[in-house]
Amino acid sequence: MEHNTPILEVDGLNTTFHRGEQPLPALRDVSFSVARGEVLGLVGESGSGKSVTLRSIIGLARRYGDVTGEVRWQGQNLIQMPDRALRQIQGREIAMIFQEPMTSLNPLLTVGLQLEETLRAHTDLSQSARRDRAIEMLDLVGIASAAQRLKDYPHQFSGGMRQRVMIAIALAANPKLLLADEPTTALDVTIQAQILDLILRLAQDMDMGVVLVTHDLGVVAQTCDTVAVMYAGRIVEQGSVRDVLKDPRHPYTVGLMRSVPENLPPRTPLYSVPGVPPSLDALPQGCTFAPRCAACVSACTQDRPSLSIATEGRQVACFNPITNSQGNAA
Amino acid sequence: MSDATFTPTQPTFLQRALRKPGFVAGLIIIGFSILLAIFPGFFAPYDPNEIDYLAVRQPPSWAHPFGTDLLGRDSLSRVIWAYQVNMQMAVFGTVFALVIGVIVGALVGYYRGIADLIFGRIVDAVITFPFLVLVIAVVAVLGPGLVNMYIAISVVYWVYYARLMRAEVIAQMGNDYAAAGVVMGYSDKRIIFRHLLPNAITPVIVYWMTDMALVILLGSSLGYLGLGAQPPQAEWGVLIAEGRNFISTAWWLSLMPGIAIVLTGLGFSLLGDGLADLLRPRG
Amino acid sequence: MSSLSYIFKRLLLTIPTFFLVMVIIFLLVRMLPGDPAIAMAGDRASDADIQAIRERLGLTQPMFVQFWLFLTNTLQGDLGRSILMRTDVTTVIADRLPITVFLTIYSVVLSLLIAGPLAFVAALNRGRWPDAVIRTVFQIGLSMPVFYIGLVLLTFLAAQLRLFPVGGYGDTFGERLYHLFLPSVTVALYTSAIIMRNLRSAIIEVLDAEYVQFARAKGLPARLILGRHVLRNALISTVTLLGLSIGNLMSGTLVTETVFAVPGMGRLMLEAIFARDYPLIQGLTLTFALLVSLVFLMTDLFQSRLDPRMRLQ
Repeated sequence: MEHNTPILEVDGLNTTFHRGEQPLPALRDVSFSVARGEVLGLVGESGSGKSVTLRSIIGLARRYGDVTGEVRWQGQNLIQMPDRALRQIQGREIAMIFQEPMTSLNPLLTVGLQLEETLRAHTDLSQSARRDRAIEMLDLVGIASAAQRLKDYPHQFSGGMRQRVMIAIALAANPKLLLADEPTTALDVTIQAQILDLILRLAQDMDMGVVLVTHDLGVVAQTCDTVAVMYAGRIVEQGSVRDVLKDPRHPYTVGLMRSVPENLPPRTPLYSVPGVPPSLDALPQGCTFAPRCAACVSACTQDRPSLSIATEGRQVACFNPITNSQGNAA
Repeated sequence: MSDATFTPTQPTFLQRALRKPGFVAGLIIIGFSILLAIFPGFFAPYDPNEIDYLAVRQPPSWAHPFGTDLLGRDSLSRVIWAYQVNMQMAVFGTVFALVIGVIVGALVGYYRGIADLIFGRIVDAVITFPFLVLVIAVVAVLGPGLVNMYIAISVVYWVYYARLMRAEVIAQMGNDYAAAGVVMGYSDKRIIFRHLLPNAITPVIVYWMTDMALVILLGSSLGYLGLGAQPPQAEWGVLIAEGRNFISTAWWLSLMPGIAIVLTGLGFSLLGDGLADLLRPRG
Repeated sequence: MSSLSYIFKRLLLTIPTFFLVMVIIFLLVRMLPGDPAIAMAGDRASDADIQAIRERLGLTQPMFVQFWLFLTNTLQGDLGRSILMRTDVTTVIADRLPITVFLTIYSVVLSLLIAGPLAFVAALNRGRWPDAVIRTVFQIGLSMPVFYIGLVLLTFLAAQLRLFPVGGYGDTFGERLYHLFLPSVTVALYTSAIIMRNLRSAIIEVLDAEYVQFARAKGLPARLILGRHVLRNALISTVTLLGLSIGNLMSGTLVTETVFAVPGMGRLMLEAIFARDYPLIQGLTLTFALLVSLVFLMTDLFQSRLDPRMRLQ
């Protein structure tokens, strides 16, 4: 890969929630890295742990469960960092935007205040400088007459506009990494592309790394450099987008790709991976995908395959990976 | 976390219920209260009305665990016999309001229109009165006494049930199966009673449990104020009122019925909370 | 929408409600057993006297004429004469109203002081022991009848330990705070249980809300997240709840006034009921209803100040 050294390294990340006495393993052994300027796509069905991964990195998940492993950021492990120190990273160096623009902005506070409070927490700018920066940011994300709109409340913006506001807030303090949790899922199709373009353009301009969570392989193909496919709290395959999408190795990746309705003649029945993802409190003993897998062999139901290097820059967690590039075996 | 699906292997309702200590405690308290209410004679050591002028205001002893009252009657026996009255309150003070409220609420929620508008005004008007003020005003009209108290409570309280039921029915109507029923040409009666009611009634039942606790508090308050049960009938509020001038000298007279009220009230609200927890849709 | 036109619209809405309130009170009092004229004239009055009183009261008129008289008289501030107090009902109520209002506000303040901080502690420690302890204590508090709490406080803190006066309500503001402390605490112990429960779940809901997660992800100081993002949002549901609980609270003051012999409207109501003083019952019920709807109005206005979404509907 042509990217320089990684800024974020996630190594053996485990997140466990608890329901009563019962532990729910939401993430297991998640490892990946992101470099400056790189866009990493995290794909998978809902419940696969994509969102939990982001929330574990930025320190939101630890209020709700146990997070272990390492999230290395400039030589420090964020997992063990105390809240106070972590706040110097949150919003300033690593920023996050959420899926639901309707519920992710505080309804009682003006957009200006919500933008400005980030600047206040992370910069030494004076009040008027903060205001200027706030206007600049709204302008940058494409909100017309930004100065007037600072006084407006979130409900006075449309869904797409709110998502732009959220991006402006997240990027106000010039972070080096953006975690984007399905930022376009809740939006109209016509607006989705605009928001994605905006994120990518800003990432490029600001030389930011991006972790983009999505369930849409089409989005990954268009926007990401690298991709990690998640299933039941684990990464099952990762590598460069070009390699993974051209030559998927994990049967689940193949299944996901086949369910994207692209270049199909009319009235072709849509494919979907048979079965449903396992629930976290009843994971199968071996490979978590085995019950739904057409390429399942006897080892799959007994042991859990770990993510290992398949080819140059390619990792797959499968005992019986698909070698045929057409993916017919699935 | 929004992104995780937690679909567990479903334990049965009973298994889940027995895992909740609060619910179990409520069940035990109320179960025992019902027993006391049905068989007071079996549990009470003395006749609650047996007067003994030679043993007036005796402190608790082995013979009289809760002491004796102003007329030498056994306090424990009176508190136990009062279970009959106070548990009866929990039933009669709520059940009429519940039935009327559920029916009216279901109808106005289903048909809406002008009846719903009028109903809305009635609700506004009734909640504009402090609850107790309206109830004692009705008791004033009818005269003090248990039966009149039930009427007074029901006359006011059906509105609260109806309001809750209406909201639930309207919420349920938004669901697909109600719309499906309409599309399939089922009769209104069938849609209301077979489809909407069973689904909308859960919160009402939960509310009913807490309401029984409230009515016991209310009934004993009215008894204390002289507007509910009338002496010499043994009722917790009346018993506390009888003992109120002797709290510092004969504290047991008002302490014991007080404990009975708190315990029963607690039992019902634990039951209600546990039920709400158990019946809440899990996701 | 400007707040002035909001107030105006909100006031318009209360007119039909109040009309119905008047109808309810009118019907209630007309159903009182016995002839109010006999009650007013006394036992030894002659038939002619009674008839005269009946006519003076308009009791010989048809119902709707009586209602019209009741309505117009009330609107002019004429609530009739109290049989018990032998003076105008308005005068009697004007005398007692400030005491009950004082007691009510005092109770609200105490409830908030008790419930607010504890709800926060419980919500922030959700599922751990401070939460469990606080919830259990308030659960028990919720099962205690107001008159019983009052009786216990009265006996031990006032009669036994002599920390507080046994009755009365004092003359100066400070004296009133002192005299009405126990009656207010009595009501507050009960209402704070209701408020605590709801405020706790409101705070938990807000803590889990996405906008609070976003605020955390922004790396804001913890103090700012709690004060600006959590508290403000939780305050809205608290105010709503307080408004809706005002009826409960006033029911509580009625009882507490009786227990502590506070000469307010609640105690007067009971006296009026035992004396069958129907003009007084009528006037008091109406005043209580007016107080409650005033609180509802204030709640709505406060909410619309707090929540920008309500201002622009």
